[in-house]
Amino acid sequence: MAVLKLHGTPFSTAAMRALAALYEKELDFELVPVDMKAGQHKSEAFLALNPFGQVPAFEDGDLKLFESRAITQYIAHEHASKGTQLVSPDPKKMTILSVWMEVEAHQFDPHASKLCFEHVFKKMFGMTTDPAVVEELEGKLGKVLDVYEARLTQSKYMSGACFGLADLHHLPALHYLQGTSSKKLFDSRPHVCAWVADITARPAWAKVIALQK
Amino acid sequence: MASPVKVYGPPMSTAVSRVLACLLEKGVNFQLIPVDMSKGEHKKPDYLKIQPFGQVPSFQDESISLFESRAICRYVSEKYANQGNKRLYGTNPLEKASIEQWLEAEGQSFNPPSSALVFQLAFAPRMKLKQDMGVIKQSEEKLNKVLDVYEQRLGESRFLAGDEFTLADLSHLPNTQYLVSVTDKGEMFTKRKNVGRWWSEISGRDSWTKVVDLQKPPPPKSA
Repeated sequence: MAVLKLHGTPFSTAAMRALAALYEKELDFELVPVDMKAGQHKSEAFLALNPFGQVPAFEDGDLKLFESRAITQYIAHEHASKGTQLVSPDPKKMTILSVWMEVEAHQFDPHASKLCFEHVFKKMFGMTTDPAVVEELEGKLGKVLDVYEARLTQSKYMSGACFGLADLHHLPALHYLQGTSSKKLFDSRPHVCAWVADITARPAWAKVIALQK
Repeated sequence: MASPVKVYGPPMSTAVSRVLACLLEKGVNFQLIPVDMSKGEHKKPDYLKIQPFGQVPSFQDESISLFESRAICRYVSEKYANQGNKRLYGTNPLEKASIEQWLEAEGQSFNPPSSALVFQLAFAPRMKLKQDMGVIKQSEEKLNKVLDVYEQRLGESRFLAGDEFTLADLSHLPNTQYLVSVTDKGEMFTKRKNVGRWWSEISGRDSWTKVVDLQKPPPPKSA
């Protein structure tokens, strides 16, 4: 059987997204480290896996894929019978899931990832957080979270009664932001707060975080 | 015969036109319901019930109510898999994986800088808003890097996901149309040999020609 390979670093939010899916599905895989400090993600060998020079990149035998959300969807569908059910065989439920996956990608992530950059990654690169930028981003993310609060009053998870990809895709940004002052955005909204606590407590997620040690 | 599906929003919206292109590719009858954004209709409680982020488009058919243009496109492509362009969303898991990869690339890498340029160069002047030169410069730089990747890819493959026109290509039509037709940034596409060839092919499709037509303002009423 072909070995699944994920190329990346467990500190990258996008790589963490793919890792979460691999652990939820209980799949055997090899994490191939990419030394981003040394610019390995811009090497010719890596560009052959992801021409955008970004992590992660994924291999399943001859199949090569990039874009974390394409990787998670491939894994979820291809290995539907293993581990946690991350997508739905019911077309209507799958459609709702698809809507909330797009919401994460286009409404939540643009602001959340910039906040992660300000709070966490800038520090890693020896730069300073800009409080004005943080305030602006928190305002924008807060409006998205207001919609989430209303949504999560209707259902336990983003797309319905069960945990799925629409929730999983949020995990990396939530993990980083929970360790910053922006945590208040989640804590102040009771249903969002409960949802964050629930999904970040999943055993598969703990395995992803353990890789960072 | 099924009643027409409903699409809410103005056809000049890039996200609305993305959905219209998909419906036309699949030969699905639709009703385009206007949303007067200049009057803030998209932020009113009635509209927020169907699209809680107050954006266009939203979509309804007899079984479901949806939003997010790319989710709507996926839904339409799946539901109407056996009509119109049957290759639009792939016919097997490998094809689908490639389409999803390039759809995500569009959403994550192409869309942010190209939308910013469309807003700054095509919409801001119309709305009498001041242009941000910093954003324009930064977006152009980012978009150039993305188009370099596309240039290489489209030298290896006729369309982004493979040899067939798919949702991955379609998703690029709205922003590129504005950049090529009403701004001076069209050269970014046309000066690159493979990207230029690809743009010519995808924008020349019947479905897109019809969308561009829908985007034209109605002729003035005769006196």
